Amino acid sequence: MIHSSAMLEVNGLTKSYGKLMAVSGVSFRADYGETIGLLGPNGAGKTTTVSIIAGLLSPDSGEVLIEGKQVKRDTDPVKLKIGLVPQEMALYDQLTARDNLTFFAALYSLAGTTVKRAIGDALTLVGLSDRAGDKVGTFSGGMKRRLNLAAALLHDPQILLLDEPTVGVDPQSRNAIFENLETLKKRGKTLIYTTHYMEEAERLCDRIVIIDHGKLIANDTLQGLHKLLPVTNVIAVELDHADGFKPEPMLALPEVKSAELDQGTLRVGVHDLSRGAPGVLRWLAENGHSYNHVSSEQPSLETVFLTLTGRSLRDSR
Amino acid sequence: MIPFLALVLKDLKLFFNNRRAVIVGLVVPILLASFFGYLFGGQGGNAETSKVSVLVIDQDGSDISRGLIAQLAGDKNLDVKASTLDAAREAVRKGKATAAIVIPKDFGRDAGHALFTGSSETGANKPELGVLYDPSHNMELGMVKGLLSGAVMQSVSKEMFTGRSGREMVDESLAQVQNNPRLPAEDRKALGDLLGGVKEFNERHDRAGASGQTQLSGGLTMPYQTREEAITSGHDVAYNGYAHSFGGMAIQFILFMGLDAGIALLMLRQSGLWQRLRAAPLSRSTLLGSRAVSASLMSGFILAVLFSFARVVFGVRILGSFAGFVGVCAAFSLMTAAFGLMVAALGETVEATRGYSIMATLIMVMLGGAWVPTFVFPKWLRTLTVVVPTRWAMDGLDGMTWRGLGFSSALAPIAVLLLFTLLFGVVAVTRFRWRTEA
Repeated sequence: MIHSSAMLEVNGLTKSYGKLMAVSGVSFRADYGETIGLLGPNGAGKTTTVSIIAGLLSPDSGEVLIEGKQVKRDTDPVKLKIGLVPQEMALYDQLTARDNLTFFAALYSLAGTTVKRAIGDALTLVGLSDRAGDKVGTFSGGMKRRLNLAAALLHDPQILLLDEPTVGVDPQSRNAIFENLETLKKRGKTLIYTTHYMEEAERLCDRIVIIDHGKLIANDTLQGLHKLLPVTNVIAVELDHADGFKPEPMLALPEVKSAELDQGTLRVGVHDLSRGAPGVLRWLAENGHSYNHVSSEQPSLETVFLTLTGRSLRDSR
Repeated sequence: MIPFLALVLKDLKLFFNNRRAVIVGLVVPILLASFFGYLFGGQGGNAETSKVSVLVIDQDGSDISRGLIAQLAGDKNLDVKASTLDAAREAVRKGKATAAIVIPKDFGRDAGHALFTGSSETGANKPELGVLYDPSHNMELGMVKGLLSGAVMQSVSKEMFTGRSGREMVDESLAQVQNNPRLPAEDRKALGDLLGGVKEFNERHDRAGASGQTQLSGGLTMPYQTREEAITSGHDVAYNGYAHSFGGMAIQFILFMGLDAGIALLMLRQSGLWQRLRAAPLSRSTLLGSRAVSASLMSGFILAVLFSFARVVFGVRILGSFAGFVGVCAAFSLMTAAFGLMVAALGETVEATRGYSIMATLIMVMLGGAWVPTFVFPKWLRTLTVVVPTRWAMDGLDGMTWRGLGFSSALAPIAVLLLFTLLFGVVAVTRFRWRTEA
């Protein structure tokens, strides 16, 4: 049962383009201040879902509620609560950064000192105050991405829809954008973040909604998703002498779910690290295998996606 | 700032920020309009026109043929040169001469006979003058034939009434009449008196000419001459060809500007900017209406600059109703904006849309009389072009500029242009694809 006080409720969204079912029965919700990651390969239905939430597309069935209200008309005031950062750059290269922001602020009927303050705050947040008077055409890809984000913040929306906002940017700019988003998160904004980068979802998101072929595959916290896996922890042991080592006998140990050797490192999957690790290390010692380093790892979202869909997220792009 | 105004200002800012495009968009129509204006009469409508090149092949060598050539050479509209048949045929084929006139052997004799009897001396039909012509110069051919008729009449009649061969022919004809037994006596007497009178007239002129007391007749000439008066906006107001050419080029380039606005909207629909605009609480009428207003303002700007230039440099004046001129300009600007929106609504891909709409624009410009005035069109085409909006815009601008018509004459063009605006606008709004497929 979806609680009615959510910032965003998505209920049974379905959208098709001819015979292609882009989104099929997708439901999830986002609470105030929560960051939801929409994770899936290209063509999974993430952008269609975001477009429906933003009011750009009408669903064939289902509904989207922002604080309990539907976007019914083009001029619906509910739209004021939404800030959209499109996947493609949505800026005028021929205008300065300030002129771009002034124009986008005017679309939300901002005027006077409110505009100046909003533009100043947005530029400060994304670190482009010193380039406000420069034409956007002179900006690097990363700077444009940051300005693209700033343009969505001017009317102080409560929910931000970010459609792959880091596509094609260098690591430094990506990190800057992450920091901007973390700041917004601290300010209590609700973020809906689509990506096919697992590490981005892992770093930013409170909950992750996995979509594939238009269908919702999973909707949980990162920890919750890990629990769906047969192993939730991996013990990585760097062996001194890996030649001739056979990991298969280790599968007989209690708690051990998997064991494989990869370039001198033995990876053993266990459910409970505190109970599984001592048994694994004891077995290695008893069988004369010395080691120089032991660490524990959590399976990545890649593993989660692989487990849930039967294919690799990267292969699906 | 209200969103509508912001959208309009943004469009104008983008337009004027692209200075190179603005300059090219103004300089090119000015150059073309100046060129066409010069060709079609220039300032004051008295631009010197080039002479029609005519070659003459004289295979006769008679007094009449020489007189005919002299008559033609004396006409200010013709550039007459002697030639041979083969050389003339080659020159016309290569476009170096507009026409060649072949005066066949015995033309003078036969033409003189045909003047009185309706047939040549041998009893055959009237003698023929060969006219070889360049088929791409049909209009000049008509003029050459007209001038040729006058020259032939004058030279043949002159020779018949006062020349040597004319006297011989009168003597022969008189003898034939008097010796013709089948001719009724009354007719024989009447014709004999007529020809005898001509003979006496010739002898008297011969005597007077020998004593230097009188001049010989110049032959039959046109019994009238024309007095030409260009009917423009008023007395002593000369036609200014630049008024039409600047109107035509303004219409062409404004249509292209409207086309560009439509293509830009089509491209916008495929970009993130469109998503951002659609995500804002803006009505569809705001989004499309602002586009229409900004395109109209840009059209008005182009019209203003072009006609200001024409006013200052070529003296083009709005001799009719200024309000009518503004009304036609405004209606055409709105029509252009609606045309651009329709292009954006109907277009599938940018590349295909650009190709189709450029073709449509050029056809509209051509049929509207923006390149050449519609009076050179055949009648059926002139009738057909009433369904082309540019025709009405041209008529409206011509009426308010050099024709000097009143406001009432602008009402029909304005009404038709607004109807086209409505038509294009309805198509645009109903066919516009608002949803962006993700």
